[in-house]
Amino acid sequence: VRVAVLKGGRSLERQVSLRSGARVEDALAELGHEVVPVDVGADLVRRLKQVRPDVAFVALHGSGGEDGTAQELLEILGIPYTGPGVAACARAADKVVAKHELRAAGIPTPDWVAFNATAFRELGAADALEEIEAQLGFPLVVKPARGGSALGVRFAARRDDVPEALLAAFSYDDRVMLERHVPGRELTVGLLDGEALPIVEVLPKEEDRFNYEARYEIGRTDYVCPANLADADADAVGEAAVATWRALGCEGFARVDLLLGPPGPEVIEVNAVPGLTDTSLFPMATEAAGLRFEDACGRIVELAGRRAGAAITR
Amino acid sequence: VRELGDSPSERPGPDLPAHRRPHTSARDLERYADLFAARTRVMRSSAMRDLMAVTARPEVISLAGGLPDTSTFPPSSFAAQMTRIAQESSAQALQYGPTEGFARTKECIAEVMAAEGMRPDPDDVIVTTGGQQAIDLVAKTFVDPGDAVICEAPTYPGAVPVFTSYQAETIQIAIDDDGMRVDELEATLDRLAAAGRRPKFIYTVPSFQNPAGVTLSAERRRRLVAIARERELLVVEDNPYGLLRYEGEPLDPLYKLDGGDYVLYLGTLSKILSPGIRLGWLVAPPPVMEKVVLGKQATDLCTSTLTQYFVAEYFAEGRWREYVASLIEIYRSRRDAMLDALARHLPPQARWSRPEGGLFLWATLPDYLDTTDLLARALRDNVAFVPGAAAYVDGAGSSSMRLNFSGSNEDEIVEGIRRIGEVITEQVALYGSITGEHRIAAADPGDAAEGGDVVPFRRAT
Repeated sequence: VRVAVLKGGRSLERQVSLRSGARVEDALAELGHEVVPVDVGADLVRRLKQVRPDVAFVALHGSGGEDGTAQELLEILGIPYTGPGVAACARAADKVVAKHELRAAGIPTPDWVAFNATAFRELGAADALEEIEAQLGFPLVVKPARGGSALGVRFAARRDDVPEALLAAFSYDDRVMLERHVPGRELTVGLLDGEALPIVEVLPKEEDRFNYEARYEIGRTDYVCPANLADADADAVGEAAVATWRALGCEGFARVDLLLGPPGPEVIEVNAVPGLTDTSLFPMATEAAGLRFEDACGRIVELAGRRAGAAITR
Repeated sequence: VRELGDSPSERPGPDLPAHRRPHTSARDLERYADLFAARTRVMRSSAMRDLMAVTARPEVISLAGGLPDTSTFPPSSFAAQMTRIAQESSAQALQYGPTEGFARTKECIAEVMAAEGMRPDPDDVIVTTGGQQAIDLVAKTFVDPGDAVICEAPTYPGAVPVFTSYQAETIQIAIDDDGMRVDELEATLDRLAAAGRRPKFIYTVPSFQNPAGVTLSAERRRRLVAIARERELLVVEDNPYGLLRYEGEPLDPLYKLDGGDYVLYLGTLSKILSPGIRLGWLVAPPPVMEKVVLGKQATDLCTSTLTQYFVAEYFAEGRWREYVASLIEIYRSRRDAMLDALARHLPPQARWSRPEGGLFLWATLPDYLDTTDLLARALRDNVAFVPGAAAYVDGAGSSSMRLNFSGSNEDEIVEGIRRIGEVITEQVALYGSITGEHRIAAADPGDAAEGGDVVPFRRAT
């Protein structure tokens, strides 16, 4: 099977995507697929027409690749592709949209308020900050609505931290959100074809748990997989992840990040194209499930074909 | 990074070459992680590294690099010099050379140093693979884990990982528009002495400093050399830009003032000839040199012989000073274009240095702006700079940025600064509306007269 591995691109997560893509290429080559690496750029459509792959493995992270844009093009070209479809990607990529979906489906997610820059510039949103802060309490987390890898994510421990945190978040997106901070254990659940893989617990070694560095540097963060949880907690987390998958309409594979506090799990966000690098959590989870990364990639390619109605087997 | 292969033969097939063998699992990598030396925990910001990777896109006007303009070096001269080497000295030029470097190379170095009034003994000179290796060799020679090393705040971003990789405790001394604050240096030395400590050396770029663009004043130069003598401390003078002066009177290098007892001198041809040839040097007294030579032997045996032959041919033509003079003309115009654009496009809250030479200037924004985040925003408008935090070891400098004016032409510089100015103005206004400090007037891009004068460079200390 000829698989075009889409990676790189223009997003700020380009480097991570290149590493994800490289690892996927190796895995697919080992399975005997014909692998065509494609560093995504302005010539993407032309390249795809030229290469005519049987399936596209989307290993793009961040804007353009994880938000449904590349997927839309692949739909138009009639090329089966891995991971969630256009609508699910669009929902997952925007944390605010995703949270609305979660709320509507009755899945717990921390309270939040979202704004775009216009609200501050033209509607005097600053005057509502006091009420917002009173409702959400401190510390709160300020994030760009879109974008992954914790870029632009800041903790605001006090009132005075809020303007700078907002400004940082606005550097990455025109819309930002303030979210209630939920103290709890940081968990992530990889899903393959709608089924939860073993839960990963993230134990940052450093104070700042939104440390972008720690996510990609070996040895900076400890991971436990499967997470050491009471059965009831593990079940609740798994169920929340599966419910989230359904609520957003995911397909193929995805990863759900949650926090587990005393009242139970709360869903933070969904990654439509989770990292697949050597230090990424999704591969860690498949391995813990006894599934080699290579075979997981093979399965993901198969699922892409199934959705497209074409049997993609060797 | 592998690229898309058009022909089937380029596509990776099942017969993978060794370098393409399947990746190891995350668990295997954790196993390596246990083996890594403590010094590999240098780890600079990955966020910044990922952002910097995006600055390489062709559509981005990058004021982030530190690149000299090599396009003005005449290809015909290059061809003639290399041809002469091939015809007359092929076997020698392809052979190993002495660790210290060839005598002929040292004669060229002597010419360059003489242009700034220095006359080192050739035996005190070692030719290195770029100035960067000279920094590395100095650190390798002197620094044990935990040793204190002093440098400027901000300092050359490329020096930080060197010091960190030898596990130095890097202490930074504030600067102002006259360079390193030597009064603060003395206070720091006193503090260290009180704790029974002595820094292994004081690293400084006294002329047209990277990244700040400032120059250590004559008075402070004398004082710094005197401090070194009084306290028997080493100063490492890194002087890549000394000959690239666009205005004002040349100042004596520290090495000249000291005579080479307490000042180690680092030089390079990167900015006055080519960074691609990787030719630098270190001047140090014999006892130090002995250790440095051993260090270099362990690292790479010798500096590229071919490079040294090329340098000798180039200097033999006797026109190197003309070439430097031509670079000065080009870079002066670019600096002026940048200063002019800054005055027109940056909001009044911004300040920047006014370098008399070199390749960089340093702009400081209101402290609520984080330039790493700002870079992400600027990249959406296809313009890049170096976030200030890269020049500090402790996360400071987050509201400053380094701007390079040697690597882009004047049109690019003006357009790049216009875009940066727009982004800053937008963020400043947004901050105003968030905090309710209402509508901090945006600078009118069309109004040069009112757009903000050049504000003298003052660092808060």
